[in-house]
Formats: sequence, C-alpha cells, structure tokens
Amino acid sequence: MTTDAGANPMLMRMEGPSPAQQVAADIVKRGLWVAPLLMLAGAAIWGSDGALSVGYALALVLANFWLAAALIAWSSRISLALVMAATLFGFIVRLALIFLAVWLVKDAGWVDFVALGITIIVSHLGLLFWEMRYVSASLAFPGLKPTT
Amino acid sequence: MSTLATIAQQGLELAQDVVPEGAQDVEAAGSAGFAYGLAAIGPGIGIGYLVGQAVQAMARQPESAGQVQTTMFLGIAFTEALALIGFVVFILLKFV
Repeated sequence: MTTDAGANPMLMRMEGPSPAQQVAADIVKRGLWVAPLLMLAGAAIWGSDGALSVGYALALVLANFWLAAALIAWSSRISLALVMAATLFGFIVRLALIFLAVWLVKDAGWVDFVALGITIIVSHLGLLFWEMRYVSASLAFPGLKPTT
Repeated sequence: MSTLATIAQQGLELAQDVVPEGAQDVEAAGSAGFAYGLAAIGPGIGIGYLVGQAVQAMARQPESAGQVQTTMFLGIAFTEALALIGFVVFILLKFV
C-alpha cells in the first residue's frame, strides 16, 4: 500500500498481489473441482440438458467471481476511490452480462431454466461459504495456512 | 352465496375475453423485469455502503488493507447473491 499520499483515498493505491484475486482464484479452483460432480447431479435430476445447463450456470458463476476480482484488483492499483466506482458500476455491468449470457441461450434446445437458476444460486452461495471457512481461519490464525 | 360465485365466474370469463393473450404476456414480462429491477436496488445500496466503509478503513489503516479487501470481496459476493436470487426468479417467471 502506498502511504505517501496521507489518508486521501483519491491518491492512495495498493501495490503487490491483490487479495481479492487470490480469493477469486481459490473459488474458481474449487468450482472447477466440483464441476463434474455438479454436472453428474444435474444429469441425474434433469437429464443431459440439465447437465449442460448446470455446466453453463457454473461457468457463469465462476466468470462472475473472476471478473469482480479483476475489476477490484485493476482499480485498486490506480486509486482507492476508483475501487468504489469500479465496484458499483461493475455490479451493474456484471448483472447485465449475466442477463445477456442467459438471453443468448434462451432459445437453445439444451437449456433447462430450472437447472440453470438453481445452480446459479446454489453454486454461488456454496462456493462462498466454502471459501469463507478458509478466509475466517486465516484471519483468526494468521500463522496457520489451512489446507484446501 | 352461489349467486356471488356465479357473478365472479362470469366476471373472470369476461376479463379473459377483454385482455388478449399477447397483452398478458407483455404484462408478465414487464412485471418480471420490474421485479428484477427492484431486486437489484437493495444489493446496490448494500454494496455501495460496504465498499465505502472498506475504502475508509483502508485509508485509515493502510497496513490492514489486505485483510479489509479480502472481507470486502466476500461481502460484495454475499450481497450480490441477493441480486442473483432476483435474477433467477426473473428468468423462471419469464422463460418457464
């Protein structure tokens, strides 16, 4: 963190590796681990269309995490004030991108909207709680590096 | 009582004749979009407040900026889950 600008968030910026990107990389890694299991569960419940929809929804969730972290990392290297703007506009842009991604496949034969919707919510929250467990342990015991 | 039920039934049939099917679809799509917009307002306010406080914390204590940014990212993602739930309700209303 550059501190020569005093406490002015307009001029302060972060240097070095971004913690948000490290968290997002962990989440994406875990998401890729569980993707085959989720797709198998989707195939068992909704058939082959369900498996494809589950995979598509998981890809959307992971891309959303990665994009959010990339925006925070990029803006925090310029200015802390830009983090505020990038996060708020990024929120709108990412929602619009998710809408666009779903809109583009709405007429595709393989898409199952129930599977898609349930997977978006469950995988987003599930991956977050999974990651939060390790982040909490790291914050509470900084010397401890929990195994993933 | 049965007279009232008959009148209500006739009223419903009349309303279905007056409102064409296409108009009902347009109204349903408009309502779903309105609900999605409403669902995004709350998380927007939440994320704005969260990031504002986090930026303030990072400016006051630069040495703990890494921890603050980690918790900020998780907070943003949890708040965004609300908007995603609204989005899923929207696509279920619109496409299913």
